[in-house]
Amino acid sequence: MMQPILSARGLVHNFGEGPSAVQVLKNIDIDILPGEVLLLVGPSGSGKTTLVHILGHLLRPTAGKITICGKSTETLDEDRLAELRLQHFGFIFQAHNLFPMLTATENVMVALDLMGVEKDVARVRAHELLGSVGLGHRIDAFPSELSIGQKQRVAIARALAADPEILIADEPTAALDSENGLKAMELLQALARNSRRAVVIVTHDFRIFQFANRVLHLEDGRIVDKPPESSHSFGAGSAS
Amino acid sequence: MTLLIAWRNLVHDRIRFAITLTGIAFSTILMGIQLGMLLNFVHTISTVVDHAGADLWITAEGVPSVDLATPLQERRRFQAMSVEGVAAAEPYMLHFGFLKRPDGVRQIVIVIGIDPDATMGLPFAMVEGPSAKEALAEPDGAVIDRLYADKLGIRTLGETVEINSHRIRVVGFTDGIRTFTQAPYVFMSLAKARSFFYAPDNDIAYVLVRVAEGHKPEAVAEALAARMSEVEVLTAGQLAWRSQYYWLVTTGAGITLVSSTLLALLVGVVIVAQTLYASTMDRLPEYAVIRAMGGPRSYLYRIIVQQAVLGGVFGAAIGLAVIAVVVVFTRHLSSAPEVPLWLAFGIVVATMLMCVAASIGSIGKVMTVDPVKVFR
Repeated sequence: MMQPILSARGLVHNFGEGPSAVQVLKNIDIDILPGEVLLLVGPSGSGKTTLVHILGHLLRPTAGKITICGKSTETLDEDRLAELRLQHFGFIFQAHNLFPMLTATENVMVALDLMGVEKDVARVRAHELLGSVGLGHRIDAFPSELSIGQKQRVAIARALAADPEILIADEPTAALDSENGLKAMELLQALARNSRRAVVIVTHDFRIFQFANRVLHLEDGRIVDKPPESSHSFGAGSAS
Repeated sequence: MTLLIAWRNLVHDRIRFAITLTGIAFSTILMGIQLGMLLNFVHTISTVVDHAGADLWITAEGVPSVDLATPLQERRRFQAMSVEGVAAAEPYMLHFGFLKRPDGVRQIVIVIGIDPDATMGLPFAMVEGPSAKEALAEPDGAVIDRLYADKLGIRTLGETVEINSHRIRVVGFTDGIRTFTQAPYVFMSLAKARSFFYAPDNDIAYVLVRVAEGHKPEAVAEALAARMSEVEVLTAGQLAWRSQYYWLVTTGAGITLVSSTLLALLVGVVIVAQTLYASTMDRLPEYAVIRAMGGPRSYLYRIIVQQAVLGGVFGAAIGLAVIAVVVVFTRHLSSAPEVPLWLAFGIVVATMLMCVAASIGSIGKVMTVDPVKVFR
């Protein structure tokens, strides 16, 4: 059986304390496997965003345990958690959040700089990454000179800079039109397949279900069994 | 990379960048001019003491400043000469008087009377006319500073004016002997000065003492004080400090300059802090991304502090350039800021510290950056 990159058991998360506390995650178990595209879907308030925060180690669970490559992350302090995120996770945000005054290359170089990569090496690597997402011709463009789809690709290149095992994407297609959304998902799917990365996507976009190996439905803080909608094709991707 | 981000953050919004630089430059200029004026005042107040060449000054008791002399009998000079360690003791007269310009306008001046054969207290920095000794030896000769020539109604050497209804002829110009009291110094012979003020032949203001080689001025001062009553024996440094303290502290002139300098610093801190804070607020989502990616907080602090320091460097450079222009164009005025290299360096350091201090608010804001927020 394939070893998960990340394994979470008994995740519980409360917002607030005491009688007014609201439990948003209720005993979640989840494994994230290398090479898979995992979608987290559910209605607003179902807990999917909180879950992805916790899986990405941006938020500590109230209870439960997470292991990455077999090592527990429970006892790590803030600094160690930051290092962990740097080494194991890449994040792609809905709003891209690129530095507007840095070029595409420089935006990617920021991620490499965080890892201590020397400037000249980082520049070459950034060019390679931008080339790999189809932006080799826009390396010196500022975000304001890029289309939304191109910005998304820069964000993907930046997320890949540290060569992470897990990519976490927040509504990666929400701001894109159909064509660009399709391209972005093809790219993420290829990244999962070709480099054995896990791609975890929080989404409301039914159009991208076809790219998922697994879809987890969350409702009221629990993972629920839910049959696929008839209009969507699942399993087009395969976790090999 | 942080330096690049800091620089681009700074220049990204041109208007904000201009406001930042203006604020920093304004603060630097204000600091430079105020401190330069303070330094000039310090030097001006004690200039005749600093350049007299005397180790010790014997004064009447309680003289608050060199310009506010109280008469002293010349016998003190003879007493001084009998004390071991005294190489020379010379009389020095100083008295406020009224100068009547050729156009009839009256101007208050400080008359300094020295023996033409004196070795101390002579007008220094002579730039026109005969030597100081020759100038003072001329029967009606007097020496003034050319900074005040217009003020005293003198256009060229050889012109005459009246002091206390006695005619003098300006036979020499010095350069740069400024006065703090706005009463220019007029150097003349001791005898002439006495006659102008109808002073007794044995009246002087100070005895200037040169200490013999191998003797310490402080020790000789103690010996002199022990020998003479009702006088004070001060080292040149002590009299200079006493004069500076009197004019700058007891009159409030120095406090005004120092408080203006502190105010300039405060204005600079506020302007830089405000623009830096606004810039930081604009970049919070990107900073949150850096935190989410695993960047340490110190990475963000570096960006902010470097942004502040870069602003400081450029703002201070502009400020120093303006200060240099002011210094050059005011050097021939009776009152002008002095900004030596050490002061310019100090101003740059103060500006840098000001900018770093101004970044504290932004750093505080960045400390609260929650990487989770970029997902919302």
